[in-house]
Amino acid sequence: MKVIETRELRKEFIVRTRKGRFRRAKKVVAAVDGVSLAIERGEMVGYLGPNGAGKSTTLKMLTGVLTPTSGGVQVCGFMPVPQRLKLARRIGVVFGQRSTLWWDLPLRDSFELLRHVYRVPPAEHAARLQKCRDLLELDAFIETPVRQLSLGQRMRGELTSALLHGPEILFLDEPTIGLDVVSKQAVREFLAELGGRGDTTIVLTTHDLADIERLCRRIVVIDHGRVVHDGSIDALHARYGSRRRVIADLDEPLAAAIDLPGTRLESTTGLRMTFSIDGSTSVGPLVSLLASSGKLRDLTIAEPEIEDVIARLYQSEGGRERSRAA
Amino acid sequence: MYAKLIGAQGRGQASYRVSFWLDLAGTTVVVGADLISVLVIFSRVPVLAGFTLKETIVLFGLALMSFSVADLLVGNIERIRTYVRLGTLDTVMIRPLGVLAQLLCLDVGFRRVGRILYSGTVLGIALWVAGVQWTPSKVVLLVVAPLAGAAFFCGFFVATSTVAFWWIESGEIANSLTYGGRDFTSYPITVYSGWFRKIFAFGLGFAFVAYYPGLVLLGKADPLGGPPWLGWLSPLVSAAVVALAAFIWRFGVRHYRSTGS
Amino acid sequence: MGLVTATADRSTIRNFTEPLALIGAITASGFRRFATYRQATFASLTTNIMFGFLRTYVLLAVAGGGVVAGYSGPQLLTYVWTGQGLLGVVMLWGWSDLADRIRSGDIVTDLLRPIHPVVNYLAADLGRGGYAMIFRFFPAVLCGALFFDIYLPAEAITYPLFALSVLLAIVICFGCRYLVNASAYWLLDMRGVNMLWLFMSGLMSGLYFPIRFLPDWAAALLWFGTPGPSFLQAPMDVLIERDPLPVRVGMIGVQVFWAVLMLWLCRVVQRRAERRLVIQGG
Repeated sequence: MKVIETRELRKEFIVRTRKGRFRRAKKVVAAVDGVSLAIERGEMVGYLGPNGAGKSTTLKMLTGVLTPTSGGVQVCGFMPVPQRLKLARRIGVVFGQRSTLWWDLPLRDSFELLRHVYRVPPAEHAARLQKCRDLLELDAFIETPVRQLSLGQRMRGELTSALLHGPEILFLDEPTIGLDVVSKQAVREFLAELGGRGDTTIVLTTHDLADIERLCRRIVVIDHGRVVHDGSIDALHARYGSRRRVIADLDEPLAAAIDLPGTRLESTTGLRMTFSIDGSTSVGPLVSLLASSGKLRDLTIAEPEIEDVIARLYQSEGGRERSRAA
Repeated sequence: MYAKLIGAQGRGQASYRVSFWLDLAGTTVVVGADLISVLVIFSRVPVLAGFTLKETIVLFGLALMSFSVADLLVGNIERIRTYVRLGTLDTVMIRPLGVLAQLLCLDVGFRRVGRILYSGTVLGIALWVAGVQWTPSKVVLLVVAPLAGAAFFCGFFVATSTVAFWWIESGEIANSLTYGGRDFTSYPITVYSGWFRKIFAFGLGFAFVAYYPGLVLLGKADPLGGPPWLGWLSPLVSAAVVALAAFIWRFGVRHYRSTGS
Repeated sequence: MGLVTATADRSTIRNFTEPLALIGAITASGFRRFATYRQATFASLTTNIMFGFLRTYVLLAVAGGGVVAGYSGPQLLTYVWTGQGLLGVVMLWGWSDLADRIRSGDIVTDLLRPIHPVVNYLAADLGRGGYAMIFRFFPAVLCGALFFDIYLPAEAITYPLFALSVLLAIVICFGCRYLVNASAYWLLDMRGVNMLWLFMSGLMSGLYFPIRFLPDWAAALLWFGTPGPSFLQAPMDVLIERDPLPVRVGMIGVQVFWAVLMLWLCRVVQRRAERRLVIQGG
């Protein structure tokens, strides 16, 4: 059952720039340029893109805060803009850089107010709150005014507040930004457990690739307003030719050079040789070759780093965009 | 150096076009509210505590002029409480310029210039309508009194704002004294009575900003029986206030430096 | 975790009690929020008291022991001190929450909640008003009573009428402030519009001088043509008992008119603003 569906979603902004002293030139900028997505219930989707790619704009259109210039969008069966209030009851949003809580009041008060705002039956609300208190360890600071909370504490409070009304979709906009390592772990584990149950759909916008690796089976990469990848992480590696690395520590230098298909010697530092293997090639032949040389002391196989992949993806897309514009 | 800071601020402010002009017009107009109040009050009584409308407007104009000039010069001092609270005072202190001077240059309000022009106009019209008999000494007083009054208010602004070094939230209480003081001086002190008059007019010295100089300009005898030369005392009183304020300020900065709160 | 919403039907009774409970909860939160601003409340109170003294002396000099524009000396004193007290209750000046949130973009979180922004802010403001009634109105009036001979209402009916009048005054003033703040949707910076508001609200509400000090035609123009007197002068006049009962009830009627009008305007402006925000972003 598709819980989010967009067809050729477009959002154009008119940007006024100064031209000379008095005139203003109008330029039409497409922040989102034909995005088509279909997200099923229970999926955990990571939404990536460089700054200015159109992530926030897409998110705003999905939640009804922004009207698309063209294209279709349906969330939970509603059209976000005309039915925004109805949709609001079904979704939860967590912003990493904004607070949805009542600033001057204790955290507990925010939860109580939200019960009224979303009209949650008291028993349900209490049950969910208790679960969140246990999992996120809120008891230590639930009576503290929100403005006195640390970022990690606040983020746990935000997560709770977004889930108290049992939303079908949880949107997260950079939830781990600025958090310390421990808090990041806590948030990730919480989201992983939430997503694992399969009844809440999670859409996670983030720059933190560790979040993605831990949480999302599917990632959508957007750049310059267009989707450049929509699939699993493995598919991403395969598509962008991620290379695995084999790092071999030897007792003595090898007699002959190694020449295997899909294998390349990247560097030799003393007795350490670093090879990179194409995504599709097996490391088997290389490893057995090294082992049979009798000089192998230690071996490490490093999986492709998603940072590399994404960085290269952004760069290649950027290049493609530049040539498109040229 | 200071000029550059001011210039940069000016450009920064002017970039919000529509709002800027509304702001400028609005400020000039806000002060009009006080003037209108005086006019409305006098529409009900011809004489208030022994003073006519024309005479009162002269006092009003003098008070406003002093206050506006002071506001232009040191009005930004009230921001100190914000800076202390936010901790940005530290960034100001590490620069090789005087703390006070930097604070004042930080946000030159062009709206304050408007207020000075406005108060000058009010004072000018008031003096003309009141039919003052000009003598050379009166002309001198006309120049000296607003300047002395401005110095008086400057001292007051600085002194009351310095309390922020000890008590961050003191800002509004400080404001009530300075703005209240301005309101006080806008009317002849014969309006007030008892201990209130004693404290504000004489204890704090507000009577010397507009009342006594105003009496001299108007050639009016003091209903309270004070001698005419009191009008010339305003520079002395202001000097005393300024000296006191400077002392309090330096004391406050030293305290801040030592506690780093 | 059982997080999927139950899509059960809501009974009609709950459709009625739930919004009321919501508004009550938000009102209480507004009260509690301002209760945390103890120092600021105290500071504002000192300003009120200072200006209370200043205006007292001026108006006493005006009254000169007699009656001015239908007000006796003591009645004018009540006018001054209830005026200073009500200043904090209706919150004439100093409210920029909405404009600040528009500028910072936090308004998005408001739009993501299933509650109308005007209702949300109004409910919180009523809570604030309740707090101010206790901690700014009563201390100010008490101060006036201690130092001066103020006029105390003689009729029993005056007190409930006054309470109603204050409630309406808060609503009207809120509506005006909301509109001033909402200008930030278009101008991003409400300071300019705010200046005009400062000027008009002080003069036209009866803060600087009683509206009756003006010639009759001007007073009538202000009463019927602007919301000004309805959010400050009205409750004061109701309390001071300068006019017979029917006239005072009539004032409350005018207040009701302005309250409804201002709230309606807020709704209209909010819808326009949302449409613009939603279409143009930013």
